[in-house]
Amino acid sequence: MTVETDASPAFAGYAHPERLVSTEWLAANLGTPGLVIVESDEDVLLYETGHIPGAVKIDWHTDLNDPLVRDYLDGEGFAALMSSKGISRDSTVVIYGDKNNWWAAYALWVFSLFGHEDVRLLDGGRAKWEAEGREYTTETPSPAPSDYPVVERDDTVLRAFKEDVLDHLGLAPSKRALIDVRSPEEYSGQRTTAPAYPEEGTLRAGHIPTAHSVPWAKAVAEDGTFKKVDELNAIYRDGAGLKDGDDVIAYCRIGERSSHTWFVLQHLLGFENVRNYDGSWTEWGSAVRVPIVKGEEPGELAVR
Amino acid sequence: MSESDLPPALATIRDDFLALEQRDRLQLLLEFANELPELPAEYADHPDLLERVEECQSPVFIFVDVRDGVVQLHATAPKEAPTTRGFASILVQGLAGLTADEVLEVPDDYPLTIGLTEAVSPLRIRGMSALLGRTKRQVREKRAA
Repeated sequence: MTVETDASPAFAGYAHPERLVSTEWLAANLGTPGLVIVESDEDVLLYETGHIPGAVKIDWHTDLNDPLVRDYLDGEGFAALMSSKGISRDSTVVIYGDKNNWWAAYALWVFSLFGHEDVRLLDGGRAKWEAEGREYTTETPSPAPSDYPVVERDDTVLRAFKEDVLDHLGLAPSKRALIDVRSPEEYSGQRTTAPAYPEEGTLRAGHIPTAHSVPWAKAVAEDGTFKKVDELNAIYRDGAGLKDGDDVIAYCRIGERSSHTWFVLQHLLGFENVRNYDGSWTEWGSAVRVPIVKGEEPGELAVR
Repeated sequence: MSESDLPPALATIRDDFLALEQRDRLQLLLEFANELPELPAEYADHPDLLERVEECQSPVFIFVDVRDGVVQLHATAPKEAPTTRGFASILVQGLAGLTADEVLEVPDDYPLTIGLTEAVSPLRIRGMSALLGRTKRQVREKRAA
């Protein structure tokens, strides 16, 4: 039972405009049967201070990550989480959050690993909803548990592991592209953490050889919505040299900002082979004997 | 420092959290967030006096006052960062009225003992440990001055 898509002209030109909804659309669709709104934030308490009416909360750390192994929850865990939030396999899920939808995009990517079909982002996220003075509530819904099937997570299509990145570096340079979405300071190796972010103990600084630097925020307009398709093409195709058919991997520090870029490349620009390397710099920057380049240039892949 | 030496306000806060179910602990943290006092005007007008806590994911600034040997922690963080506000508020309330020596004796792992590592996640708790660490450093500097 999917809900009809947002036909807003603002989304014209995107490869998959059905992956976005506007604040107007969401405001008009509150309470529509088959629609579940999910808030996913960096700050674990923000939902409790007020959220879009009817929205349920899914936290990237306490809900989506496995508490023991550095991995996501498994098929049974995902089914249990979905059931507790009243989400069915055919529900239309709209996700929004703080920080320009970083964690919302991350949650959407995890939903996609489990093949949940109709999952969309609220363009502009929490900040836009708030800036427009739209309604918030502190009332937490208690949805009736849904019957969600146990679906095994598929890590082969949208997710890259460290070994995949190493294999990827072995492809012909004309067929592959690595996108580093971190800040210029992290890319060049001046620092290992995002400005104003906690030190996560990475041992080396720099970037993966040949990776282009395209900080995630380049995809975002001033009001927090995604830029139009022409602007995105100028950044990713003309600027970073991505071509249709390329095998693309995006990475950042722990995989949340690169989920945002993954969304742009896959759903807004229509690239078909885009993976998110969620191990990202917190893995690569501490791994033994992986190649690293410092400085502002992508650099060469050294043969050793 | 033995268990019984924990300053009473910090001990009460810890016990209050531990008495609750996981999800209710978030609500209590939210109450703390809402109770974080505004900065006194003398500091609000002087952002240069405030120290940014870089380890927190949200902008949070602190200033530690040591007068006649008694410590007063001031902190400010935006309303979009309720978790950080909650951490700061716990320390503001828990350290209120303590002497410099008493603050320096607060165990560094106090943030890990109040039952929030599961509800909030260990990664996020690091922000509170950093708040405590920077508070102690300011106390050391100002006591020596």
